[in-house]
Amino acid sequence: MKNIQIELKNVHKAFGNKKVLNGVDLAIQKGESVVIIGGSGTGKSVTLKCILGLLKPDKGNITFNGQQIGMLFQGAALFDSLSVWENVSFAVLQQPGMTRAKAKKIAIEKLAEVGLKPEVADAYPADLSGGMKKRVGLARAIATKPDTLFFDEPTTGLDPIMSDVINDLIVNSVKKLGATALTITHDMTSAKKIADRIAMLYEGKIIWVGTVKELEKTDNPYVRQFVAGSSKGPIHMEVKAEG
Amino acid sequence: MQQFLNFINTLGRVMTRFFYATGDLAIFTTKAALACVQKPFYFKQLYDQLIEIGFYSLPVVALTTLFSGMVIAIQTYEAVSKFSAEGAVSMVVLVAVTRELAPVMAALMVAGRIGAAMAAEIGTMQVTEQIDALVTLNTNPFKYLIAPRIFAGILMMPILVLIGDVLGVCGGYMVGVYKMDFNATTYLINTWNYLKAMDIISGLTKAAVFGFIIALMGCYNGFRSKGGAQGVGQATTNAVVSASILILIFNYLLTEAFFNM
Ligand SMILES: Nc1ncnc2c1ncn2[C@@H]1O[C@H](COP(=O)(O)OP(=O)(O)OP(=O)(O)O)[C@@H](O)[C@H]1O
Ligand SMILES: [Mg+2]
Repeated sequence: MKNIQIELKNVHKAFGNKKVLNGVDLAIQKGESVVIIGGSGTGKSVTLKCILGLLKPDKGNITFNGQQIGMLFQGAALFDSLSVWENVSFAVLQQPGMTRAKAKKIAIEKLAEVGLKPEVADAYPADLSGGMKKRVGLARAIATKPDTLFFDEPTTGLDPIMSDVINDLIVNSVKKLGATALTITHDMTSAKKIADRIAMLYEGKIIWVGTVKELEKTDNPYVRQFVAGSSKGPIHMEVKAEG
Repeated sequence: MQQFLNFINTLGRVMTRFFYATGDLAIFTTKAALACVQKPFYFKQLYDQLIEIGFYSLPVVALTTLFSGMVIAIQTYEAVSKFSAEGAVSMVVLVAVTRELAPVMAALMVAGRIGAAMAAEIGTMQVTEQIDALVTLNTNPFKYLIAPRIFAGILMMPILVLIGDVLGVCGGYMVGVYKMDFNATTYLINTWNYLKAMDIISGLTKAAVFGFIIALMGCYNGFRSKGGAQGVGQATTNAVVSASILILIFNYLLTEAFFNM
């Protein structure tokens, strides 16, 4: 095998008697950008948390060869007792020899990268809109220049133009810093722009993996239905009570 | 027979849940204790908690202990004969306040204020994934969130109780001198003569234990909360109720240990 950064082998995870992951297999190379797509509630966030060690899989193996991680949570997960810049520089502030002034400067640079003005630095998370929180979360994730980035729905809640800025940012982080990225998204435009490879999660398993080109040509009915965003096909959303 | 089996079944389930909860709390306590003695230490967090617990709890603790001392003086005056009242009131107030009232009253008030606030804050952090975010930012939540709160609880409660001791005795003095016309100097001299180091020390030891209980219950319930705002509300209630019950139980055990051995 080549340089593997993250590898999941037969990962299972259940909450009570509700099986969420049912044998997930996925390997991500160093410097690769992989996007996971899949319906709501299929366990995409759970997969990410298993890799991060925040959840313990019931069965299976996860190998992680990264040094420093950066994670954007689906709900941003900003510390609401800290100001925006203290959030962004949270890990930076703990580096030896770091002063608050220097850390604030770094935070303001990172905020600029995600399209936020320096004035935002002194605000508190409660004062921000949903999309702004997301961008602050993104700035916090990239602040320590990590070698592995995890983004849980980075463009959800952003307007199309800002989405594109964020897409560029992710592409740049991977290309310039040589980071490995694992992104979850529902946004197919974004997926096509940032992914080297796309993986689809369905019923607790990765049912399809391929490049963007392969995605457009695939005859896998599940993937085609998801990409087309159609309600007709093999995937049935549970919109009414079972029984 | 069926009923008996059902009973055994239910009993088994209740016992399992009880042992699971106890074990979970034991593991949590161990992790918290280890976090208290291992580097890194977050002094800014500790400072914030010291102020929050020590300074902002002062008014409630001061009021409760003051009025407790006053009430004890009135009741003692009623109970003993009017002729021996002068000596008895000052002694009973002193012993009751320093050994029991100041530590217990202060701890119950702080449990309501601080235990609830800790559970609500940490609980909100848990359900909004802020605790997960801490981990991804190379920060151990036990060291960053829990150790400072437990330290602050253990350090500040004895200080609050010491202030409560003084105010409780003042309450007794005020009732004695202004309402019962005791001689002010005699009251103070009596109090001074009855003052025993053991009474103060036992009260302060209790206070430290109670401070630990309050912080531990606040953090534990907050940390284990799930399911949004409702879960956080539940955690807050559990933190206050469990801390209050444990305070009363440990108060009894410590009193036994100090005065009945
Ligand atoms: N801590 C938890 N306890 C119990 N159940 C959980 C927990 N975390 C997730 N689940 C359940 O696991 C399932 C998958 O959740 P997950 O958050 O991974 O979905 P997702 O694929 O990220 O969906 P979305 O696209 O809506 O974010 C859901 O049904 C959820 O209810
Ligand atoms: Mg999700």
